[in-house]
Amino acid sequence: MNQWKNFSKGLLKENAVFALVLGMCPTLGVTTSAVNGLGMGLATTFVLVMSNLVVSLVKNQIPDKVRIPAFIVIIATFVTVVELVMKAYVPSLFNALGLFIPLIVVNCVVLGRAEAFASKNNVLSSLIDGLGMGLGFALALTTLGAVREILGSGSIFGMSFIKGDGMLLFILPPGAFIALGYLFVLANKLKAKIA
Amino acid sequence: MEYVLIIIGAVFVSNIVLNQFLGICPFIGVSNKVETAVGMTGAVTFVMVIATLVTYLLYKYVLLPMDLVYLRTIAFILVIAALVQMVEIILKKISPPLYQALGIFLPLITTNCAVLGVAVLAVQKDFTLVGSVFYAIGNALGFGLALITFSGIREHLDMMNVPKPMKGVPIALIVAGLMALAFMGFAGLV
Repeated sequence: MNQWKNFSKGLLKENAVFALVLGMCPTLGVTTSAVNGLGMGLATTFVLVMSNLVVSLVKNQIPDKVRIPAFIVIIATFVTVVELVMKAYVPSLFNALGLFIPLIVVNCVVLGRAEAFASKNNVLSSLIDGLGMGLGFALALTTLGAVREILGSGSIFGMSFIKGDGMLLFILPPGAFIALGYLFVLANKLKAKIA
Repeated sequence: MEYVLIIIGAVFVSNIVLNQFLGICPFIGVSNKVETAVGMTGAVTFVMVIATLVTYLLYKYVLLPMDLVYLRTIAFILVIAALVQMVEIILKKISPPLYQALGIFLPLITTNCAVLGVAVLAVQKDFTLVGSVFYAIGNALGFGLALITFSGIREHLDMMNVPKPMKGVPIALIVAGLMALAFMGFAGLV
């Protein structure tokens, strides 16, 4: 398969959030600011790339029946790596993301790619697929984080551009649902225009 | 009284779906009909309570004494995956009607982040054993409350004239946002 196509499909056409509607919990849960969204996106990208790599390497050794538990153990291993590394080097981000770091294990995007792509394709394709999907996920999270940060606290990536408070609603849970809902509308509009 | 507060807190004040963003996938995915929402709630309640109980014991009596806390994520997800499988086998033998009713929802629960999330939160919050069981019950009820109300709204939404780009997921998310706003009224109750 054309590797560029393989990479770029994850960014827009098969974007994990806007096209496949997977991984909604971290998408809504951590995007109170653009930095948190980006951090979560990159952590997930790392897990996705590494688990795709390992799954595609061992796919012929794993019996079909215990496939899913085996994938989950592989994914959980890399999630633990991310957890320990983040705790050691970026404790502030680690605290901001909190519960959602161990929950990367049950992010349907990661298991979904292992099952649907890496268990059927060669190592290089799986690696590129993981990278594309992961960066697409990071893009979606950063966008939502940026929108919520701009509206909610009047800043972007921590740089504030208005005095006083923003619309607090967008930092609170309801704002996550509403902002993502309208981003979906925008994405659908764009898709309809391109098609 | 303490346990009542734990349940009220978990159901209304920090609702697992609308406030903590756990279990959003089934919340959006299986909320088209009230009937399936009830089935999903049943399966989640069942697994969540047992999983929290088992992972709590595992954490307190195996991982902590042996200094293996860093294995928490792997150990918990394995326990949950094994439990789901076991519950499925046992239900099939003991109560075929219940098994039929829960149907495809059981295997789906392994990747429901609400179950792992509650198990992790229960050990993080340092509850007692009974407290963590009540915490799991409260969260399961909260999940059910959000899911079933939401599916009721969505059934009506199907008959509404929604603008085309908003059909499906976008309008569902906006409705969920309004529900979350309503639930914020409970803040400070406990």
